[in-house]
Amino acid sequence: MSGFSVNEPSRRMKWFAGILVVFYALVTLMPLLWIIATGFKSPADSIAYPPKVIFRPTLEGYVNLFTTQTRITPDMEEGLEPPKNWVEQIVRDKGMVIAGPSRYVQRFMNSVIIGFGSTFLSVFLGTLAAYAFSRFRVPIKDDLLFFILSTRMMPPIAVAIPIFLMFRQLGLSDTHMGMILLYTAVNLSLSVWLLKGFIDEIPLEYEEAALIDGYTRFQAFYKVVLPQAMTGIASTAIFCLIFAWNEYAFAVLLTSGEAQTAPPFIPTIIGVGGQDWPAVAAGASIFLLPVMVITILLRKHLLRGITFGAVRK
Amino acid sequence: MAENAMDRIARATPPGVARKIRGLSDRAIAWIFVGPSIFLLLAINIFPLIWTIRLSFTNFRVNRINAPVKWIGLRNYERILTDPDIWQTMQATAHFLFWTIFFQVLIGFTLAWLINKKFRGNDLWTTLIVLPMMLSPAVVGNFWTFLYQPQIGLFNYVVAFFTGADPSSFSMIGSIDLAPWAIVIVDTWMWTPFVMLICLAGLRSIPDSIYEAAEIDRASKWRQFWTITIPLVLPFLMMAVLFRGIENFKMFDLVVQLTGGGPGSVTTLTSIDLKREAFEKWRTGYASAYAVILFVTIFGLASIYVKALNKVKER
Repeated sequence: MSGFSVNEPSRRMKWFAGILVVFYALVTLMPLLWIIATGFKSPADSIAYPPKVIFRPTLEGYVNLFTTQTRITPDMEEGLEPPKNWVEQIVRDKGMVIAGPSRYVQRFMNSVIIGFGSTFLSVFLGTLAAYAFSRFRVPIKDDLLFFILSTRMMPPIAVAIPIFLMFRQLGLSDTHMGMILLYTAVNLSLSVWLLKGFIDEIPLEYEEAALIDGYTRFQAFYKVVLPQAMTGIASTAIFCLIFAWNEYAFAVLLTSGEAQTAPPFIPTIIGVGGQDWPAVAAGASIFLLPVMVITILLRKHLLRGITFGAVRK
Repeated sequence: MAENAMDRIARATPPGVARKIRGLSDRAIAWIFVGPSIFLLLAINIFPLIWTIRLSFTNFRVNRINAPVKWIGLRNYERILTDPDIWQTMQATAHFLFWTIFFQVLIGFTLAWLINKKFRGNDLWTTLIVLPMMLSPAVVGNFWTFLYQPQIGLFNYVVAFFTGADPSSFSMIGSIDLAPWAIVIVDTWMWTPFVMLICLAGLRSIPDSIYEAAEIDRASKWRQFWTITIPLVLPFLMMAVLFRGIENFKMFDLVVQLTGGGPGSVTTLTSIDLKREAFEKWRTGYASAYAVILFVTIFGLASIYVKALNKVKER
């Protein structure tokens, strides 16, 4: 090989392609940048015309997100102490006082608990099942695998009707446990399919060697296969987590208070007189940023995750 | 670390239990490993599905628990299939499905083709382009209503800036003509990267040697594109369409947050309509029949499509 390939694009072509792709990327990122920027705007700036690109950043949106406030009435005014910190100062400048914390932190924590709980369960169950599907002759294996995948095709609303009834009877509606079980079941298809692909790639010889050395099947599984599959398990876990994190349909139908996650909550953040966009944007920013960071870290495994392991790079 | 922990667990296992486990046949282990997953899926997916099918033959309503439940046979199905409103939502869904897939394939493939020109920094830009699809559709959809505000919305401002129209003269989500396109735009914005990534994998899977052979045969670039690139990427592209098709047929979160199905019912996709029947009008039996019809439709279309996909792959 001379190092020359006929398929190598010309220099001009590369520039042309690069400029178009960068242009698309900038356009497509605008809404996301706008969310982050709006979080730092004052309510007046957020609804200014023309839309403000340069503005004085303020944390008012974040303060509104985390607190509930009441307007200062004339008879309250005398007994009022001077604001103790910058948070109170921001609120006081609007003629309000902090009445208490908002429910955002609780909803966010619900997302964390349900997300991590269901991820742990679905990866745990998925690893076991994937190992069995990969290594043993399971009767009607293909049918079972297809059955597992097909559960993903059902519209969530269609399944939600009986689950709603079932959860009501079992006392699981609006509980962390109910949502964790539900998301685990939904994520199982993803985790089994992805992990089967990862385990298939681990050469059988390692295990055979271990079995000959006197390991039992279980030992071979957790001493040889598990460590080898760790990267696969980690990226599967992240995909399950992102699904549970983003899920909305089940959450909005089956939770209302105690176990409500952030996605159904964020759109309901209302300020005084209409939607408080900086607060919504602040809530969205905090909620979306972790996923953006994870996506960038995960870029090598992205394709595999989103296609259930059908496309491997 | 993990191995040490495992060793400790192994040592801590009582000898009796250990002997029992050791004695298990592969077949038994297989069932122990697969069992819990299958059980959970049966409990949370299949059992509810069977329940839905059963309910679909009744006039049960969740909000009237004490009312007598009557077995009404196929009446629910009959009413759904002859209801013109439902055909309207089916049309809205078809419009949404067709145009989102059309734009996502067009833009996604073009982007993949451009990225495959391997310009410097293409990895970085690919990763940035992918970001929207990983985010919560409900949260992002909700924010798009802000971008779509007449006058103050960024989207309207940008469109007005380039077309010279008055930014308050049109409302993407308030107008009957524009709302179906408003949801197509946001879905395309969100999911084009998905099609792009899969196409990119397809393009990268084509070995250089094929192009080199074509070059020796003096095939023009244009011909190479149509006789090598397109046929070899087609199975990937079709798979991307399958994924997007199923997902968009089920579409709920993004559109509910964007338009809530309005104005009127022009963006009431089937899932949104179903949600109204089941959880707002509480016509549980009727909604169950609706759900069964949807599921059968998705399943049927997907199976036919997968058959076609396999044919393309075999070629």
